[in-house]
Amino acid sequence: MPDSSEKPLMIELRGVNKWFGDFQALRSIDLEVRLGERVVVCGPSGSGKSTMIRCMNRLERHEEGTIIIDGIELTDDMKNVTAVRREVGMVFQQFNLFPHLTVLDNLMLAPLRSRKLPKNEAREIAMHYLERVRIPEQAEKYPGQLSGGQQQRVAIARSLCMKPRIMLFDEPTSALDPEMIKEVLDTMVELAEDGMTMVVVTHEMGFAKTVADSMVFMDEGEIVEAATPADFFSAPKSERTKTFLSQILIH
Amino acid sequence: MSDRSAPPPPRPRTLKFGIVDVIVIAAVLGLFAFIIYRVNTVLVYNWDFGRIIPNYLFRWDSERERWVTNLLIQGLITTVRISIWGMLLASIIGLIMGVFRVSNVLFLRVLSRGYVELIRNIPPVVFLFVFFFFISSQILGPLELADQARNAPAGVQTVIRFLFGELRVLPNFFAALIALALFEAAYITELVRAGIQSIEKGQWEAARSVGLSPFHVMRYVILPQAIQRITPPLANQFITLIKDSALISLISVQDLTFMGVEISNSTQRLFETWITVAVMYFVISYSLALAFGRLEKRLKAGYR
Repeated sequence: MPDSSEKPLMIELRGVNKWFGDFQALRSIDLEVRLGERVVVCGPSGSGKSTMIRCMNRLERHEEGTIIIDGIELTDDMKNVTAVRREVGMVFQQFNLFPHLTVLDNLMLAPLRSRKLPKNEAREIAMHYLERVRIPEQAEKYPGQLSGGQQQRVAIARSLCMKPRIMLFDEPTSALDPEMIKEVLDTMVELAEDGMTMVVVTHEMGFAKTVADSMVFMDEGEIVEAATPADFFSAPKSERTKTFLSQILIH
Repeated sequence: MSDRSAPPPPRPRTLKFGIVDVIVIAAVLGLFAFIIYRVNTVLVYNWDFGRIIPNYLFRWDSERERWVTNLLIQGLITTVRISIWGMLLASIIGLIMGVFRVSNVLFLRVLSRGYVELIRNIPPVVFLFVFFFFISSQILGPLELADQARNAPAGVQTVIRFLFGELRVLPNFFAALIALALFEAAYITELVRAGIQSIEKGQWEAARSVGLSPFHVMRYVILPQAIQRITPPLANQFITLIKDSALISLISVQDLTFMGVEISNSTQRLFETWITVAVMYFVISYSLALAFGRLEKRLKAGYR
């Protein structure tokens, strides 16, 4: 991407290693994501793709290497971690909405407590993003009363309420029924069109083709290949990528 | 989506009468018949509830010319008083210690674990005695509370009397209250810990990922869900607290049990007195259980 190289670096991983006990989950990962860039990460299960993006907001702690998010290095210093988490939104496979709070309260919690916004302002922001994900009429319901697709859209809106500079998606459609996948992907496409910096772990190759600026393929904790979608899908360089693509694109 | 939130139709409650029911009812009736038979023939006991018990509930004050509470009701009030304060104090201690149990700070974990193990491995009576004779009377001194209360203006005295009972036994009351609360709080600590640990990992991660501080994660996301989950065993623990409060009669707090001892000694009417006391305990404990049952339903109706 020659045109985006002048844009500021939002995510920078240098030689990142991580172990779970004896198992090495990440092996010397190097990755750069620039402002407004959309990166789709794919790979077989257990390849470390979730672990990698979970290191980007320190839900997982990396043992070696450097991770710099929007100019802040992630260390054991909780101040830095909290600062990064305010700038980085995350959407989970299992939605993880707070079941004891209404949709509106789910959205307002972090702006109220973390950003310390006044209540009416937090409510305004919440309603704005609920409208953006097109479910403002569900504001007073509890998460358990919504469909999976609606819950995931609420989860996206909840992250957006913190006005993040980066959004991380950890297999956002994997827990959804097929008929609900599209409504979530549409929301994500709109977000991408607005210029949000995004890192998406997904198997939705159709989404990847339309949205991604670059594709990252991981296997056994390493980044095997990183390329533009055009190169990635038509001319994969590594054998492992070819095998993976042949398996996943079969349908 | 509207059909999604509709509750399922209630399952019809069948009142089928099977052979097992017949056997159970026969056994229970038989047991009662046996007890009544034994009391009437072997004990040859002359029951006398009517003359004694009502007088100890309320009596006619001829000076002031009105009905006033007598020993049993006064004892009941003391029991209710110490139970309410005990639940409040035990909940606060249990909540704080329960959060400490899962803290990242080693010292806090050791502190709360030590506290729980200490209490759990000492009989309640022994703990009460150690606390009362050693800690509260020696270390806290005579507490000096009673003296200060007696010098207080009349209005303040009335308030204190309403909240904590007679000024004369105030030091005993406070010692008993703290001991009881510390004792029950150890069990509440474990409930809170279990409740916190039962919350899915995803809730912690989601709360952290939106930038909430560790305190806010606990306060707004984890604890509300944990407390709701532990409501049933918590109700159980509160009922245990009411029943355990009978122990404080041993350090001369004039609760329901203390009054029971007094009355049974002075009237020699052991059966009537203790049956009455038992019924009174049952009424307050069971009312609390019913209240919690309703609260639970309310909480459940909240979401899902």
